[in-house]
Amino acid sequence: MSDSPSAAELPTSVGDIAWSVRNNITSAADVLERHLATIDEREGDIHAFNLVLADEARARAAEIDDAVTVGRDPGPLAGVPIALKDNLCTQGIPTTCSSKILDGWRPPYDATVVTRLRDAGAIVVGKTNLDEFAMGSSTENSAFGATRNPHDISRVPGGSSGGSAAAVAAGFAAASLGSDTGGSIRQPAALCGVVGVKPTYGAVSRYGLVAFASSLDQIGPFTHDVADAALVLEAISGHDQMDSTSIRQGPLHLSRQLDMGVAGLRVGRITDLPEGASPDVAARLDEAFDALRDAGAEIVDVEVPAFGYGLTAYYLIAPAEASSNLARYDGVRFGHRVEAPDTNAMYMATRTDGFGAEVKRRIMLGTYALSAGYYDAYYGRALRVRRRIAADFAAAYERADVLLTPASPTVAFHLGDKTSDPMSMYLCDTYTIPSNLTGDPALSVPFGTGDDGLPVGVQVLAPALEESRMFRTAAELERRVRK
Amino acid sequence: MNETWTFNGYEMVVGLEVHVELATRTKLFSASPNRFGDEPNTNIDPVTLGLPGALPVLNRQAVELAMRLGLALDCTVQRSTFARKNYFYPDMPKAYQISQYDEPICVDGWLDLPGSIRVGIERAHLEEDTGKSTHVGGSGGRIHGSDFSLIDFNRAGVPLVEIVSRPDIRTPDQAKAYVGELRAILVAVGASDAKMEEGSMRVDANVSVRLPGAEFGTRCEIKNVNSVRSVGRAIEYEAQRQVGMLEAGEVIRQETRHWDENDGRTHTLRSKEDADDYRYFQEPDLVVVDPDAEWIERVRAGLPMLPAARRARLAEVTGQALDAEAILVVTERGQDAYVLAVANAGGDAGRALVHVKEAFAEQGDAPIVPAADLAGLTRLEVDGKLTATQAKQVLAEFVTNGGGDAETIAAAKGFEAMDTGELESMVDDAIESQPDAWAKFCAGEGKAMGALVGAVMKASKGQADGKAVSALLEQRRAVA
Repeated sequence: MSDSPSAAELPTSVGDIAWSVRNNITSAADVLERHLATIDEREGDIHAFNLVLADEARARAAEIDDAVTVGRDPGPLAGVPIALKDNLCTQGIPTTCSSKILDGWRPPYDATVVTRLRDAGAIVVGKTNLDEFAMGSSTENSAFGATRNPHDISRVPGGSSGGSAAAVAAGFAAASLGSDTGGSIRQPAALCGVVGVKPTYGAVSRYGLVAFASSLDQIGPFTHDVADAALVLEAISGHDQMDSTSIRQGPLHLSRQLDMGVAGLRVGRITDLPEGASPDVAARLDEAFDALRDAGAEIVDVEVPAFGYGLTAYYLIAPAEASSNLARYDGVRFGHRVEAPDTNAMYMATRTDGFGAEVKRRIMLGTYALSAGYYDAYYGRALRVRRRIAADFAAAYERADVLLTPASPTVAFHLGDKTSDPMSMYLCDTYTIPSNLTGDPALSVPFGTGDDGLPVGVQVLAPALEESRMFRTAAELERRVRK
Repeated sequence: MNETWTFNGYEMVVGLEVHVELATRTKLFSASPNRFGDEPNTNIDPVTLGLPGALPVLNRQAVELAMRLGLALDCTVQRSTFARKNYFYPDMPKAYQISQYDEPICVDGWLDLPGSIRVGIERAHLEEDTGKSTHVGGSGGRIHGSDFSLIDFNRAGVPLVEIVSRPDIRTPDQAKAYVGELRAILVAVGASDAKMEEGSMRVDANVSVRLPGAEFGTRCEIKNVNSVRSVGRAIEYEAQRQVGMLEAGEVIRQETRHWDENDGRTHTLRSKEDADDYRYFQEPDLVVVDPDAEWIERVRAGLPMLPAARRARLAEVTGQALDAEAILVVTERGQDAYVLAVANAGGDAGRALVHVKEAFAEQGDAPIVPAADLAGLTRLEVDGKLTATQAKQVLAEFVTNGGGDAETIAAAKGFEAMDTGELESMVDDAIESQPDAWAKFCAGEGKAMGALVGAVMKASKGQADGKAVSALLEQRRAVA
């Protein structure tokens, strides 16, 4: 490796890595080794990964470099080291959801997003830690221990995709994938100071994403910047016949519009937004509106009266679906099993031992919400609230092209701060949940820092399939904050 | 079919729930083959096994077959959704069954039975089948107390349609006729092979009893009814059991009961209180199925003629009664079109019907004998050139050789057309040579005719038509 370029010369962004690998300026192997070295250096402190796939990644990097040598284009993400949330199925590679119940399970197939990343030339460097089955907002609910925030290892990275957010923030990977059911991409992105995108429901195939709440789950990228997020999303989006809820259209086209600016764009400020944002976060949001106004956007006031009911509706709908989705972990066909004298006893022993406390709490909540005699009062009513929220947003989008809110009410909090009080943890998702209920896209883009110099994320929301204007807005905010 | 059934003054009220496996190429939500009888656990995939991350994708052919059978039952095809029915069982891979619940694809149809009896169809909905468990050791093949269980997931995810009748059935015969007619329709439209013995058609019966005109009684659901015959037996037993309870002053509890073919009784399986709470909710992994008018009309236009109409057509062409056994049997075998083809080829439809019923039981809906050949045979019969006995022998040659020219075969066998004069002289010879028998016959002893006919047969070397001989003997006696 004596003739390798020094680490400082190596590209770090998705776009730069892919461009220089495709053009034979940098080798995929060198890029990968730099990321693996960073993992060696800091992973012990951060614990972003459940599994680092160094050998597989090296083999893949060699393949990509060979392809370039013989003049074959490895694809738009050539040589880009990518980390995958450990609830995305990888063929032959353990996929744990950070749960004991999936102990020893190796999926016989790849998730569609994994196939698409590989086809685009990306290199999977590892599987990242999460709150068990994506249930949580701090990545402390992991059977394998908490992940820590690279900006301050006494603090959480957010969750549930905390490992994926931390992996990008720490330089372990140029990009990562997470899943977002109520804010699980956007909130950790905000807390770790990276870009995190929840696309329109159906824009990215869920095939191979281990389900938490099927009507809310959506896969999206974490990256260092907005342009990188666009590249990754372009690679993974587009119709997939294996997912019936996948939208019948081709991949999203975002990159070319990033520099179009926001002149004339109507940016909505939600006047009846639920309270709870800390002063530092509120101040950054105000500055974001100012920055967009300076860039030529029109700031308009809108109301979304049902916004605040999102959290309540979510904590009925998501657990209800989860109670059903997680019923298959019964010890019969795969994963963990605790032997017992008969089938029912085996089910109970297996599930009692295999699931963590938060997962059990939500299974019980959801089972109750769907029960005969309670369905109408809980699940049925939550569905009506969901429709109401969607109607309120639709009305707001009559007046505004995009909306801005905080991504997280606060900057990263300390480990253990909220673990004893589930409600305080649930409130972390106040601002992110409505987009999952409506299916609309939303992203978090870093916008300055708050208390203790920790990153703050601003959330940009847009109507379904209007990722383009959402990305333009985020790109403008990114340019302004870099000035 | 018009006979009634009552027991100590009570009548039975029966509704049937029939599950049929659709004859699709692949499963309801995955690309694994839908095939019976393969090695266990070979027709499986991540969706079938309910592996984490797998998602269902609806089989269009299954939807279309459900539409076909629904339209054949005069149902309305409507916008429909899927729901999850949640319960734990080892052969239920996801611990929920994907089934249509409050919005089924087919609603409000009917099925007409012979005797002007119309049974309403409440709904016909799509759902997936479970795997198949085999419990080894212990008693009675139940999971409880068994040493271990084996699960075959080949059947898991096979598309089913559940056809739910209204409680319009009042007698065991009507129930049997309903199942038989439904089966015939399913086969005719190609929706299912509907084989009860292979489990591709399964019947549950909801049975209650009441005094005529009274409110419906409490119903019990009878499971494990595995043949058309047991449908009749099981509901008859169950209705009598319920009447017995009522007369003894007992109260009937709503429950699920198991039909035991061996002891001919139903036994409690589980009471309503023990029933699972299935926690139905709309399946978020699937989208609404809303066939447009154009699709529905295309499916409707593609429906074949249904068994009832085919029977009517066959009865008309052959001059038989609608409920004649030959009409039922030949239509059920799908050989009615063949009989019509024989008629179209200039054959005699009535004779063709009898020949097909008698000789083509193993031939399926496309007999190997060309229709024109059979037509030729019936023409020889009509013209009196072959007796019924001779015709049977020619027919046997047809079946062996896959057809042939009736005249050539008859000639080769030495069957000579016997003119009436020749036959009459043989009859007269017989009367003359057997005066005792003739006297007895004239005195009204029917048995005596046998000896006379036998003599003619002997003289004709078996070629005489027995019926014609009898007729001649009758004629002679009338003028004697």
